[in-house]
Amino acid sequence: MMTQRQSRLSGFDNRTLFLLGDEAAAYGALYAGCDFFAGYPITPASEIAEVMSRELPRVDGYYVQMEDEIASLSAVIGAVWAGAKAMTATSGPGFSLMQENIGYAIMTETPCVIIDVQRSGPSTGQATKPAQGDVLQARWGTHGDHEIIALAPSSVQECFELTVESFNLAEKYRIPVILLMDGEIGHLRESITFPAYEDVAREERRLAEPEVESFGGEDVPPMSHFGEGRFIHVTGSTHKASGMRDVSTQAVHEDLVTRLCRKIVDACAEISSVEEDFVDGAKIGVLAYGATARPARGAVLEARRAGCAVDFLRLITIWPFPEEAVKRLADRVDTILVPEMNLGQIAREVERFTAAPVLPLSKIGGVPHTIDEILDAIRANGSGSGSTVGQRP
Amino acid sequence: MNDEPIIPGPARPLKPHRLLKFLRQEILPTAFCPGCGCGTVLNSFAQAVEELSIDPKDMVFVTGIGCSSWIPSPYFKGDTLHTTHGRPIAFATGVKIMRPDLKVVVIAGDGDIAGIGGNHLVHAARRNIDITVLMVNNWNYGMTGGQVSPATPFGVPTTTTPYDNPEHPLEAAELVAAAGANYVSRWTTYHVFPLMESIQKALEIEGFSFIEILSQCPVSYGKMVDMRRASDFLKFYRDQSVRVHKAKEMSAEELEGKIVVGKLVERQRSEFVTSLRRINERFREG
Repeated sequence: MMTQRQSRLSGFDNRTLFLLGDEAAAYGALYAGCDFFAGYPITPASEIAEVMSRELPRVDGYYVQMEDEIASLSAVIGAVWAGAKAMTATSGPGFSLMQENIGYAIMTETPCVIIDVQRSGPSTGQATKPAQGDVLQARWGTHGDHEIIALAPSSVQECFELTVESFNLAEKYRIPVILLMDGEIGHLRESITFPAYEDVAREERRLAEPEVESFGGEDVPPMSHFGEGRFIHVTGSTHKASGMRDVSTQAVHEDLVTRLCRKIVDACAEISSVEEDFVDGAKIGVLAYGATARPARGAVLEARRAGCAVDFLRLITIWPFPEEAVKRLADRVDTILVPEMNLGQIAREVERFTAAPVLPLSKIGGVPHTIDEILDAIRANGSGSGSTVGQRP
Repeated sequence: MNDEPIIPGPARPLKPHRLLKFLRQEILPTAFCPGCGCGTVLNSFAQAVEELSIDPKDMVFVTGIGCSSWIPSPYFKGDTLHTTHGRPIAFATGVKIMRPDLKVVVIAGDGDIAGIGGNHLVHAARRNIDITVLMVNNWNYGMTGGQVSPATPFGVPTTTTPYDNPEHPLEAAELVAAAGANYVSRWTTYHVFPLMESIQKALEIEGFSFIEILSQCPVSYGKMVDMRRASDFLKFYRDQSVRVHKAKEMSAEELEGKIVVGKLVERQRSEFVTSLRRINERFREG
């Protein structure tokens, strides 16, 4: 027998629609099994909340608009421990407010999804304009040693697919997953083809057998939910495998935090997803992600058409950083060009894995790169020596 | 060290307290300071649970940061979500929406609930979500050593108001009543029996229920005002408390410095999760 969700969503099966990236992400969440959304309106992410408020009751899920973004992620985490697959969506200012609870979700190993439709900052910045200024905040925004998973879609289709993937990774590794969209992709309207509901792979939550502890024992321990008579104790304080607080034993803290990091670091290859498009004889490579990958790919194709061999690497996973793919690119080319809508946040990360020159092609101010801008930079540096772009601010 | 029994006479095995079954006994004794009111609140709460015959399996405790958040977490044997500072009501909202069959109880302090978490308190009361909140008001940030809180009385010295508090306290119970909660009362750790009855009422009533419990902090707060014994506070609560119905007949001047205790509000506004779930019924098949 079809579930209510199945019968509602299978109406979209294999259909091609003309949707916003925000809308596609919301549908991705529904296909992934999301049954709880808490959020707070913010440009350019509000359309996600609007779709969720409309669709969740139709699939027997729940939408609640909270009083702020702190409360939104709080409610999400509470709902997960009560059995939900849950998500929130926001933009930079709200993402800043969520940082403390992101750390709480990491420490308590609460699977959940946070969509950050990035806009131009800092502060209120250019509220309606796109940016990629939160990529390092996604990595290091909350205090203390930790790892995180973050993905960046480059198309409306990918907004759908990577939201599903975010939910699956969250369940698999018991960690909050951040979908780093940007205002350009969130408010882009283009074709998306829905998969058949049945064909979508959904990672189900692994629940602990009786007497099995939920906060240790293996790198990704199974969860327990409230209301099952297990008297579980969930705390953001340093805790033992049982969940009980122990904030004074050095080894307990070290064991916990190193495990929380290890479970992601050791799975980096498994989690990492990139798009590699390499050609023989390339001296320069272009590395891009998110909205910027679109003009970057356009420039790479133009350059090849003009006879210049250029490698292209698109990061789909941003964190954990796909360092093996970056090393492969670095081994092939003399120069890596990194266009991004910030002042060189990922370029700096790329530098950690190559001795070759890394040239940031930064652009801020809410206007995406053009193909010509990136093409000019490829032309100017395509020989692999010297540089005319990439002045560090 | 003196190993002699405190009460002289032949040693008799103590009968375990009848409410001990509600506690995580393996981690006792509690970390509360000598004379702290948190034990009285814990006792009163456990008594209310016993009276109502609630199975602890059907309860979820959500707490924040501060001494009184430790009352249920970790001492009460139930599912516990010990959250970030100020946010337990917001976390509890997610729990309650997904599991309306569970009793969701927040126990936290004046700093957590009325200070950093004040916005969540107001909006949860406005939604009238079926959560019970016990705000244990000890007039200061006790865990961090006695700093001024939003509930500290005017003109009182604390470690961060060394020249006396220039701010007025928030009357949290009146605020929650105005915001729309279905049940609001205020009691103190002196009024143990009415407090127990009030907790029972709060647990039973559908909708947002809120009890402000004035609770002594002889260590962090008392050291600054020369009230170093629990009894100093209990006598103060006894002498300064005025019942709600009497307070209505008193002038503002007469009520200056008094603690108004009793039930402030009891009503039947519609409850949030019930209304939310009713929406889903429209789309249910068959």
